[in-house]
Amino acid sequence: MAETLRELLSEEELLGFFEQMVLCREFEESCAEQYSKGHITGFLHLYTGQEAVAVGCTAGLQEKDYILSAYRDHAQAIVRGADPKKVMAELFGKATGLCKGKGGSMHLFAPELNFMGGYAIVGGQFPIATGLAWGSQLLEEDRVTACLFGDGSMNQGTFHESLNWARLWDLPVLFICENNFYGIGTEVHRASAQAALHRRTCGYDIPSEKVDGMDVIAMYQATKRAAEWVRERQRPYFIEAVTYRFRGHSMSDPAKYRSPSETDVWKTRDPIPNLSRRLLEEGIATKEQLEEITKRCLARVEESVRFAEESPWPEDAAVWEDIYV
Amino acid sequence: MAEMTYRDAINLALKEEMRRDKTVVVYGEDVALYEGAFKVTRGLLSEFGELRVRDCPISENTIVGVAVGAAMAGIRPVAELMTVNFALLAMDQIVNHMAKVRYMFGGQTKVPMVVRMPGGGGSQLGAQHSQSLESYFMHCPGMLVAYPATPADAKGLLKTSIREDNPVIFLEHELLYNSKGEVPEDPEYLVPFGKASVMREGEQVTLVGYGRMAILALQAAQQLEKDGISCEVIDLRTLVPLDMEMVLASVRKTGRVAVIEECWKSAGLGGDIASRIYEGCFDTLLAPVHRISGLDVPMPYSRKIEKLCIPQLEGIVQGVHDLLNEPY
Ligand SMILES: Cc1ncc(C[n+]2csc(CCOP(=O)(O)OP(=O)(O)O)c2C)c(N)n1
Ligand SMILES: [Mg+2]
Repeated sequence: MAETLRELLSEEELLGFFEQMVLCREFEESCAEQYSKGHITGFLHLYTGQEAVAVGCTAGLQEKDYILSAYRDHAQAIVRGADPKKVMAELFGKATGLCKGKGGSMHLFAPELNFMGGYAIVGGQFPIATGLAWGSQLLEEDRVTACLFGDGSMNQGTFHESLNWARLWDLPVLFICENNFYGIGTEVHRASAQAALHRRTCGYDIPSEKVDGMDVIAMYQATKRAAEWVRERQRPYFIEAVTYRFRGHSMSDPAKYRSPSETDVWKTRDPIPNLSRRLLEEGIATKEQLEEITKRCLARVEESVRFAEESPWPEDAAVWEDIYV
Repeated sequence: MAEMTYRDAINLALKEEMRRDKTVVVYGEDVALYEGAFKVTRGLLSEFGELRVRDCPISENTIVGVAVGAAMAGIRPVAELMTVNFALLAMDQIVNHMAKVRYMFGGQTKVPMVVRMPGGGGSQLGAQHSQSLESYFMHCPGMLVAYPATPADAKGLLKTSIREDNPVIFLEHELLYNSKGEVPEDPEYLVPFGKASVMREGEQVTLVGYGRMAILALQAAQQLEKDGISCEVIDLRTLVPLDMEMVLASVRKTGRVAVIEECWKSAGLGGDIASRIYEGCFDTLLAPVHRISGLDVPMPYSRKIEKLCIPQLEGIVQGVHDLLNEPY
């Protein structure tokens, strides 16, 4: 990369990226701990390793843009601005949670932040993203809808149906595949006949590109460019963000289907140390500054756990609330 | 007899049938290399190889449709949907195709296939992953529906399902996988469809359940015995065909009946069974049919309130007391 970071972004923005990635990382580590203590139950899918995708892509969008995701959704919600306290309380099943304890880890939602949800049915978000984009287009809101999804979900019928639809009606959807190479234990080439996933959009006449999803700067630049393209032309676009999850699919997966050496190689590309190295090399931040940021993130995460612990459970009557308007 | 878990009993049934019949194949999401999300298909890939045990993409509608085609071609596919919740993505192939092709083609073809689906609630998996959809499948003619409660039935019913020439929806409860019981080792051990089982004989109240609800009913009966109340517990074992004969015979004896269903009450199978009881032995009933059902709400995540939505042991015990106190 020829450019220096300083030429691309302000110091504040760069440190912001670092802080957000660290916050997500620490949040997920804390979730793992709370899960092992039995405070978080059900399915828990951690985002560890993929932080650059959520942080970079969110930064490349405008605040008014919609974003939605699958069930591995803590980071996207937090980066969008959801209060970690409320996210943690949701994971604890408490009344103060983002969704009053009714959603849990896989179903975060924050409409005031235009975070339009985490969905646990693989591929469930494609038609919803397409519809959100149509709605905002009809209302002339000039929004882009960023639809995040995993490599595995591209084999659902809804993927094909939605991409075709989005191009046919020319809707402002930015499809962002988080290709972490696995759908649970099935490696991408064992599930997709065309393993170069970004090439699968040609059948829908949707332009696409592949981006290094372990590089927050690359992710930011690509998303910004693509989002503005989508906004301007009112047409869908597709980004394949190449990334990796460092942990198993969920807390119950020991990830025996991949070798430790594979994981080790990917860990050398960990987006957080990579950014901090560049920040230090280019004199944008000092070691002390970065440590300070990390400490601040840790404190926020600890605070979120405390908040969740101290929060009340939902009232029994809550089961009957929110079913109908 | 050997003691084994519900999970291992299903696994054994798959292995025995695959050994017996080379046309039996198993596929689904993460069933081969990963050995199943619930580890039900452990050891299958290594024993039977990758032609007969295959992973496939996350494409539920096509998973079922491929089984329909393969079955019409002469194979006996046993497809796994990772959970019953994802059967909703496959309802077109299940309802419009699997259940229809034989009939609409005038009986000229058959669809000998099984779709296995773990399901049920109680693990804080939230609204999209905790559903009990048994009534959905019962509603549609053209397919059979099994829902074993015990390891022995899990083995025997699955083996029967695989040998069956009609399509079978085979429901497994996620919270039963680790439950243990005696299982016949005989590779010809088959449990017939349409034959409920009396898990426990009793005089005062009939408890009708299936899957995990049958287990809870049995536990409730054991507890009620201490209060001097004698319950007969019937495990339906298959929902289609439904063994109403056995249910009616029991109700004629006890005069009181509670139907326990994990699914939502509205249009749930308990209402259907209740109406058949009224039709079949209204004159012998000492009290209205009592239904203990899942609450008509999407499942909340929080464990504090999740348990309110699924029939619990205490609720069944209380329900039986209420039933006996009916002023009839
Ligand atoms: C319709 C449906 N089928 C199956 C599942 C079970 N399941 C949950 S996550 C998953 C793998 C998805 O992989 P991918 O899309 O690559 O996302 P990742 O977990 O890697 O983020 C599967 C099969 C599901 N939740 N929904
Ligand atoms: Mg993946």
